[in-house]
Amino acid sequence: MTDLLAARTQMALSLGFHIVFAEIGVAMPLMMVLAEWRWLRTGDAAWLELAKRWAKGTAVLFAVGAVSGTVLSFELGLLWPGFMRFAGAIIGMPFSLEGFAFFTEAIFLGVYLYGWNHVGRRAHLAAGAIVAASGAASAIFVVMVNAWMNTPVGYQLAEGGRLVGIDPIAGMRSPAAFQQALHMLLAAYAATGMAVAGVHALMLLRGGSPAFHRRALAIALCVGAPAAALQPLSGDISARVVAHTQPVKLAALEGQWETERGAPLRIGGLPDARREETRWALQIPYGLSLLAFHDPRAEVRGLKSVPPDERPPVAVVHLAFQVMVACGTALALVALWTGWTVLRRRDLASRRRLLRALSAVAPLGFVATEAGWIVTEVGRQPWVVQGLLRTADAVTPMPGLVVPMTFFTLLYLGLGAVVVALMVSLVRETSPRVVPPISTSPAGIPEASA
Amino acid sequence: MSAFFASIGLPQIVAAVMLVALNAYVLTGGADFGGGVWDLLASGSRRDAQRTLVSHAIGPIWEANHVWLIVVIVVLFTAFPPVFATLGTVLHIPLSLMLVGIVLRGSAFVFRSYGARDDATQRRWGRVFAIASVITPLLLGVIVGAIVSGRVGRAAALLPANGGASTADFSTVYMASWLAAFPLMLGVMTLALFAFLAAVYLTVAAADAALREDFRRRALVAGVAALAASFGALALAHREAPWLSWALTETPIAALLQLVVALVALLALAALWTRRWRLARLAAALQVSLILWGWVPLQYPWMLPPLYTTHEAAAPRITLELLLWGLAGGSAILIPSLIYLFRTFAKSAAVR
Ligand code: HDD
Ligand code: HEM
Ligand code: HEM
Repeated sequence: MTDLLAARTQMALSLGFHIVFAEIGVAMPLMMVLAEWRWLRTGDAAWLELAKRWAKGTAVLFAVGAVSGTVLSFELGLLWPGFMRFAGAIIGMPFSLEGFAFFTEAIFLGVYLYGWNHVGRRAHLAAGAIVAASGAASAIFVVMVNAWMNTPVGYQLAEGGRLVGIDPIAGMRSPAAFQQALHMLLAAYAATGMAVAGVHALMLLRGGSPAFHRRALAIALCVGAPAAALQPLSGDISARVVAHTQPVKLAALEGQWETERGAPLRIGGLPDARREETRWALQIPYGLSLLAFHDPRAEVRGLKSVPPDERPPVAVVHLAFQVMVACGTALALVALWTGWTVLRRRDLASRRRLLRALSAVAPLGFVATEAGWIVTEVGRQPWVVQGLLRTADAVTPMPGLVVPMTFFTLLYLGLGAVVVALMVSLVRETSPRVVPPISTSPAGIPEASA
Repeated sequence: MSAFFASIGLPQIVAAVMLVALNAYVLTGGADFGGGVWDLLASGSRRDAQRTLVSHAIGPIWEANHVWLIVVIVVLFTAFPPVFATLGTVLHIPLSLMLVGIVLRGSAFVFRSYGARDDATQRRWGRVFAIASVITPLLLGVIVGAIVSGRVGRAAALLPANGGASTADFSTVYMASWLAAFPLMLGVMTLALFAFLAAVYLTVAAADAALREDFRRRALVAGVAALAASFGALALAHREAPWLSWALTETPIAALLQLVVALVALLALAALWTRRWRLARLAAALQVSLILWGWVPLQYPWMLPPLYTTHEAAAPRITLELLLWGLAGGSAILIPSLIYLFRTFAKSAAVR
């Protein structure tokens, strides 16, 4: 394994790990706040119990998100010093704003998790709302950085390829920023909401406490289902922006080799970089031109329009894109089914087929997220900053990068295993039919020996 | 002196803000690490009570405290990209190890709080939490020592400016830059200082007199250890960082600073000795902050000696200006929030 490949793998792994916790950190606070708000409105203690249970899990996931995010911010220098030297001054702005979003998030999460008995009810709810808002804000800011990497603006190019005359504010409003931030936020709500809904649907199917899981299901679906239903629309916007700003990426995600008018949409299939063709795909005539440019005769640029060393690994990107769209379609269908059931005023918790479908699609939002990021990041290769800086020129000169990569892989595997085990045991606790009395300790922190 | 003020510009202001954030991290996050040290060293009949006190003191606020570190990093890479890039390159190994410490500490702490209640699980995560709390400050000190002694800058000078293969061998650049007696001694000093801070804070937080005495004894030991380590570092600087040693002993401002630090350190110990808890807390915090700010006259105008001055490493003016605006706006939200957080839980600690 070359050093460059090791660095890319370590970065991909760290981001792929962090993003799961980040999405949960964006969406869970919203769900907790909704549950708590229901409690304040109705006085029904079951809602409070739900908020507290979710808070327990969120505390663990948030901490893992915070430490894995810390790793990332260091890794920008550990693995990509060339990138930071090149672009630090222009992308630093959204990162700094993100830093403040983290701060408010962490402060009010502390108040929320540990403050049940220390602050008033309204203050507590407000703390939760601030956490939810700053989580969303931090996601938007960090995605702005990534959007700049995809569609860099706000600079002039000096000799030697340096950036001069930079404008960090313009950099934050790069062409990809809006659609990426929208798609990312929806992804966070869809993935987390549908996953939580799936877990509680499964518990209902297994005969868990209906009073508890019914409420949990309702809130999770309120957050997850609308987002999941909207995600294909937002994905369409994304694809069109990519078509205009990153034609090579679009060609890679569609497996389009030739530049042609009226390009077909390919479903499935395997791009073969050596033979420069995509085989075994189901082709829908004019589909791609229609989707990407809303014009069946529009010209779509193919991969062959750039030399081979400027093409991303096509097979990976194409496959990942298919996975994302497949997951997104399944989630959207189940979300629409749920909406239809609600519209007809049927009781969700007694529709066993729907519950089964919900638990079947539970992991797909996270799968789609990972796949989507692979599309974005691998699809940009060989560039770390599209058209300006190659990944190979950004990597650290330090040799032996396989060692840290292996090390962090093992660390994350271990952490992931512990987190999963913990979550399973937290969910199991909620399974008994009789909900145990609410503990008096703040958010279940052990009052050890006190 | 007037030459000093004349040289102050935006880069220096941003660097000062960064140091303020680092100061906040050391006083808050540093004490959280110190708490982990006392978890590891909990002993005697009140061992469990000691651990509980530590975990209560850390509980609600560690994540907020931790963000100070993120702020330092973000300001560093925004305002001084080449310094961040150089540190990331040359100090890859200690930084990665420190990250492992940060990851394990943070996650073990929540795993212990929320995991299975059986003794074996508790002890396992408690152990991981405590060991990571020792390793991380040690590495942090090593990293600072490597920077101030000029080792990082010299190692980086061996790297070719624009990529390409390095002319120096691996161990000269990536190991010798930090693996030496002076940085290690600074690591020990940092660890002792963090443990000292934590113990002093815990004397104030403890509701129970016996527990308070436990931490008083611990604070005294750690305070003396920190003093010893700083003398050790001085002695080693003479051999390993002659330039630093010169700055420490020959410049009047450094001599003055050392005198003040020494006085404040003695004040902290005396206050502990006479059981004036709040005074001790104030003096300890002041002592640690002064040590940190003492870094400035020592290496001014260098940010990464002898490679970059603060001025040379700085990002374009517009970035610095925007960053300062952003920091000012952010602080307007942040500071009231932080006060609210500390008030909320300080009240509850008093009730308990
Ligand atoms: C719940 C998760 C999820 C779901 C259901 C979908 N996506 Fe997605 N997609 C993501 C989560 C995601 C993401 C959050 O992982 C990405 C990576 C970068 C980004 O901005 O969002 C992404 C990127 C991404 C990109 C690349 C954007 C870029 O590189 O700038 C395109 C073209 C699409 N998506 C298109 C779609 C379409 C047509 C979908 C139809 C069903 C879809 N996505 C569903
Ligand atoms: C929004 C913030 C993000 C930023 C600033 C960012 C930045 C980077 C950087 C600097 C690299 C290394 C250079 C390169 O390979 O292009 C990289 C690679 C990568 N990132 Fe991201 N990334 C972000 C989000 C994500 C997320 C959430 C994922 C989730 C899976 C991800 C997946 C990857 C992958 C797979 C690579 C390796 C690509 C390759 O080398 O083939 N990224 N990213
Ligand atoms: C290169 C890319 C990234 C970097 C450097 C980064 C950095 C960080 C850091 C330092 C933290 C810890 C903050 C704390 O201590 O509270 C964090 C947490 C977080 N990050 Fe990231 N991050 C990246 C990618 C992303 C992406 C793509 C998202 C999009 C959703 C995201 C959303 C969050 C959120 C919501 C948190 C709060 C903690 C949590 O909920 O787990 N981050 N990140």
